[in-house]
Amino acid sequence: MSRKLTENNGAGWAFAAPSILLIGLFIILPFFLAIGFSLTDQRLISPNPTRYVGMENYRDLLGLNVIRIEPERDDSGLLARDDDGALEYPRVRSFTRSDDYPQYRGMREWFRVHAGNTAYVVVARDVVFMKALTNTLIFVAVTAPVQAGLALCLALLINQRLRGVNVFRAVFFMPVVVSIVVVSLLWRFIYDGNDGLLNSLLSGLTFGLFQPVDWLGNTQTALGSIIAMSIWQAVGFHMVIWLAGLQTIPPTLYEAAAIEGSSKWQTFRYVTWPGLRNTAVLVLVVITMQCFAVFAQIDVMTKGGPLDSTQTLVYQAVERGYGRQDISGGSAISVVLFVLVLAISLAQRYFTRERN
Amino acid sequence: MAAISGDNHGLRLVTRYLVLVLVALVFLLPLLFMVMSSLKPDAQLLRDTSSLRAFLPVGDISLQNYADAFERAPIGLFVFNSVMITTLTVLASLFLCSLGAFSFTFVRWRGNALVLSIVLATLIIPFETIAIPLLLFVSRLPWVGVDGLTWGWLNTYRVQIIPWIADALTVFLFVQYFKDLPRELIEAARAEGASWWQIYRRVVMPLSGPVIATAAILKALKMYNEQYLWPLIVVQDEAHRPIMVGLGYFFQLNVPWGEVMAYLSMITIPVLVFYLVLQRAFIASIASTGVKG
Repeated sequence: MSRKLTENNGAGWAFAAPSILLIGLFIILPFFLAIGFSLTDQRLISPNPTRYVGMENYRDLLGLNVIRIEPERDDSGLLARDDDGALEYPRVRSFTRSDDYPQYRGMREWFRVHAGNTAYVVVARDVVFMKALTNTLIFVAVTAPVQAGLALCLALLINQRLRGVNVFRAVFFMPVVVSIVVVSLLWRFIYDGNDGLLNSLLSGLTFGLFQPVDWLGNTQTALGSIIAMSIWQAVGFHMVIWLAGLQTIPPTLYEAAAIEGSSKWQTFRYVTWPGLRNTAVLVLVVITMQCFAVFAQIDVMTKGGPLDSTQTLVYQAVERGYGRQDISGGSAISVVLFVLVLAISLAQRYFTRERN
Repeated sequence: MAAISGDNHGLRLVTRYLVLVLVALVFLLPLLFMVMSSLKPDAQLLRDTSSLRAFLPVGDISLQNYADAFERAPIGLFVFNSVMITTLTVLASLFLCSLGAFSFTFVRWRGNALVLSIVLATLIIPFETIAIPLLLFVSRLPWVGVDGLTWGWLNTYRVQIIPWIADALTVFLFVQYFKDLPRELIEAARAEGASWWQIYRRVVMPLSGPVIATAAILKALKMYNEQYLWPLIVVQDEAHRPIMVGLGYFFQLNVPWGEVMAYLSMITIPVLVFYLVLQRAFIASIASTGVKG
């Protein structure tokens, strides 16, 4: 921090107080309230006093177990098969509702894997939350690198000395100034299964070979479609940040590389990329934080469906905290979300730190 | 082949432009589709998606969808709400955040550096992680208004303005800018007996045009475009809803796509025009959030 001019506690505090007060009240306090509420059974409106419940909310969200299930055998000890020849397994319900297995009580099947004839059924206390958690992690894991990579490609593309290149920069950046809510509704129409622009276009380009897909109505394609649209909308934002980074690299380095006769790839690898290190950290941290916050796309396009294939953490937090007025449940999800954001930002900073 | 390689430079240039144009189309066509569709009746609109007509103003072109959209939703009210909320928040934010940043940068007071680092640390808290506890908090806050002391901020303008005024990014932008101002100016003003307020008002702020523009653009874009989740949960009545939440009027079993496209165009075109006019400033404002990282 630079040298301060003169000591002046009164004026200093007075000038800073309004902004500090607002940030304290509306950002820092709710952050600690989230942690506090998540340990209680707080509701938005309730006649009953709020109780401290410890980690119960987190147990309800994160409770997981694995049930090992052997296939059924008939009286002679042979494996029983159904009409299609598939092995028959006892129902998961017979475990989760049985008094013999209190540890599985109230859980539901999330997914199962087979090892030989044995099925391992992963049961969760809250299957929808688990789907929201995995979807959010998939969303981040796909969007962050793809978007950062595409944004860098675009930045390199418009960093050329070409007449009129600024026009292209302006066009690539355009979707950024359009609201994500608008973009989501527009793309809902583009993705439409019957009359959508995308299906018409693909069918035209392949001369009718392409079979129309209900992009948002299909569990296989819904999340991917939302990811693609999100990248389309935001990639220009990060292109501009990369571009600012590119322009901080001294031209003399490129001249030196040219004199040494280095190839395009070598120039990128040894001049451009090292010069972008700080920008890379920033871009990844910003994209990750934005991705974890994904909400409007989901609310406008799919409401978490079909079959919870596009549930996300923020969508779940809002559905509980606001929809079901369950402030404590929503807060617990918020805390899980914050811990993830923090962990991943710290990891990114660690892995992309300066290595001297 | 020899003839072509002789013209290698020209060919490379053409390829470069071709790539740029193709990429530009990816960004441009959906928006063009939105505006063109808003001009067509639903039946034609759906037919047109199967051809290039989707991107052209052809056929039965009219502003009927715009008129119908106004019938369906109180759009005038929503626009008024959005513009009013955005303007007040941006103005308050520029004033209070610059004042704070001024104090952090130029005035020496106990706790200065510590408080600033706490403020900047909040950059890591995404709004979405505090929305739910904040909902409960604002639903119980007091307010002194025309009808005396009342409790609860739900269904008001203030709940959409006051929590958004101060944010770490705006403070950060001003601090970064102020650090580079020549300190001699402030020292000279101080030596001549100017008060801190006079220095802020007459020395620092008149020099801060670029950062004011940057902060204003970023904040306005956020307030106008991204105000969806928060108003959705704190404002149930129609009277205080902003434009993005007004979209709910068009979510129905059979979506009236022509009207939807008209509504989307109406809220987007003013922003796009602003953007195209102030393009450099828009892009510079995003870039400046990343320069010093």
